Amino acid sequence: MAIWVDRKTRVLTQGMTGHTGLFHTRQALEYGTAMVAGVTPGKGGTRELGLPVFDTVSEAVAQTGANASVIYVPPPFAGDAILEAAGAGVPLIVCITEGIPVVDMLRVKRALRGTGSRLVGPNCPGIITPGQCKIGIMPGYIHRPGRIGVLSRSGTLTYEAVWQLTSLGLGQSTCVGIGGDPVNGTSFIDVLAAFQADPETDAVVMIGEIGGTAEEEAAAFIRDHMTKPIAAFIAGATAPPGRRMGHAGAIISGGSGTAADKIAALKAVGATMASTPSGIGAAMATALRKAGLHAKASG
Amino acid sequence: MKIHEYQAKQLFREAGIAVPAGVVARSAEEAGAAFGTLGGALAVVKAQIHAGGRGKGGGVKLVRSAAEAQAAAAGMLGKALVTHQTGPHGQLVRTLLVEAGSEIAHEYYVGITVDRSSSMPVLMVSTQGGMDIEKVAAETPDLILKEAVDPEAGLRPWQARRLAYALKFPAGSLRAVQDVLVKLARMFLALDCALVEINPLVLTKSGAVLALDGKVNFDANALYRHPEIVALRDVHEEDPREVRAAEAGLQYVALDGTIGCLVNGAGLAMGTMDTIQLAGGEPANFLDVGGGATKEQVTAAFKLILSDPNVKAVLVNIFGGIMKCDVIAEGIIVAARETAIAVPLVVRLEGTNVELGRSLLQSSGIDIITASDLADAAAKAVQASSRKPSSSGAR
Repeated sequence: MAIWVDRKTRVLTQGMTGHTGLFHTRQALEYGTAMVAGVTPGKGGTRELGLPVFDTVSEAVAQTGANASVIYVPPPFAGDAILEAAGAGVPLIVCITEGIPVVDMLRVKRALRGTGSRLVGPNCPGIITPGQCKIGIMPGYIHRPGRIGVLSRSGTLTYEAVWQLTSLGLGQSTCVGIGGDPVNGTSFIDVLAAFQADPETDAVVMIGEIGGTAEEEAAAFIRDHMTKPIAAFIAGATAPPGRRMGHAGAIISGGSGTAADKIAALKAVGATMASTPSGIGAAMATALRKAGLHAKASG
Repeated sequence: MKIHEYQAKQLFREAGIAVPAGVVARSAEEAGAAFGTLGGALAVVKAQIHAGGRGKGGGVKLVRSAAEAQAAAAGMLGKALVTHQTGPHGQLVRTLLVEAGSEIAHEYYVGITVDRSSSMPVLMVSTQGGMDIEKVAAETPDLILKEAVDPEAGLRPWQARRLAYALKFPAGSLRAVQDVLVKLARMFLALDCALVEINPLVLTKSGAVLALDGKVNFDANALYRHPEIVALRDVHEEDPREVRAAEAGLQYVALDGTIGCLVNGAGLAMGTMDTIQLAGGEPANFLDVGGGATKEQVTAAFKLILSDPNVKAVLVNIFGGIMKCDVIAEGIIVAARETAIAVPLVVRLEGTNVELGRSLLQSSGIDIITASDLADAAAKAVQASSRKPSSSGAR
């Protein structure tokens, strides 16, 4: 089933009756995602886009059997929305919201420990298994079903990479945006481990950026646990230190988090590096050729 | 968001952390009077700018009389202070902090920031106070002690005790330093800080524990719930273009190069800058118009880029997803008409409504260099930026 989502995933939208939630829920329905419900406190008992709307997540789960939630709730309330989904036992929570205070996320992350819920995001494009299930804001049409796993800290950069893969005839098993914030639910390592274990993924494209040490930690994991070929790109080689480059997490501070360190770490564990975003598709093709996998992966 | 030292110390005071007596001065006369108000034999005049390294740059002076304080202040106010963090042009000094001198027995470092790997705030202390803590971390990491701060409960008393003992504070000052650590952690969480630093925290000869210097940065995402912090903002310390960008809802960082960039998405914007550099050029800015920009925002973005006199060419790189290419095209057309773009414009459009966007640009009559992909766009922008300026003015 690729990873984490497929055509059997039953998705509810938290914050569905707002402008953004409504727009993207409609897009997900058009893509063929099994959307089953919406949740907006105070709108319970109504219907939107042909879906039932509930006041609480637990009621929506009880009535519809939803097993994934996507959150379009504004930043001041998004942390609580994540915890509500976890409290209702939703196993997969995808938070698209950008701009959640870091302290809120520290508390959410602490509270999620020991629950069975996985959080993807926040501040991410979401997760898609092409042709089966689209949860999030990525344009559906650029994807094509296939056997390359994609994971990234950036939204539009992921679209760029996916579009190149699709143009080269390299379809994707699942694409996961882990988000651009300093504190997020799912790490590169979580996704890499899932792709390594997934029989329907042959190779992986990983897109990182400046800030933190997540890419270095991923490189150590690749060295110790990954056998599948990896192509990678790190954005921000030209970014000046101490300046936040859009994403809250994209900042070089105290001499750590530079693109050069991350590129060196990934190169050292055998990843095929793209030096610009336009070369990501080609880097994957090269990595596949080196591994003798080209024909199979394009299937 | 950053604030000045004198503002950080006010927050420390409110949090119950002791700081030296001090008076803010905005003229040499006020600085002279402040010396008298403090009443001691020794005071320190400190330039208030949002950058470190002030001491080495001449922005911190010891004075022993009102006349000396006034002279020191006159030497700083209204002048640019250059430090290793300000860039070559320095930062204009508008405000001073005149502080009572302290008799220092020892200097320590205390700082709190978020550790991403553990998703916890981490409190760091060191006996190497007053030093560049990044240098200490790189060269002698053993001299930095750490405790994770529980985001709900704060720093536990035992954690503060452990650090106080490890720093070898004398028995009479142990309680005071524990108190500082617990209160600083509480302040970090309560005010949504991204970084708090006391460097140095000093032990005085009389056994008091004082925050001699302070640095506090705030999480921009949490400012909506701290109007009292927003009120501390000093826009003089920020690049005026970045202030305008923030008002228009754009993410903009001014850089030194000649190629202006307009991109949707932070990662793609960084990737575009990288591609320009690989093609032999230098980006003039980072600019993310965001996922759902309006025509008005695109126009504002254009005006912002063109207000930088170093810009010799503009590169627009849009991968439309939610952002529709026709919206971008309309923004470009409006901006071109309103600003009379006098530099070459390279446009790469891909994604949602791309055909519509391209045909809008084509029929607009604006002189545009179109590019097939990002690498092509970067190469064309670099080439265009090294051309001689057009003599025809508006194009």
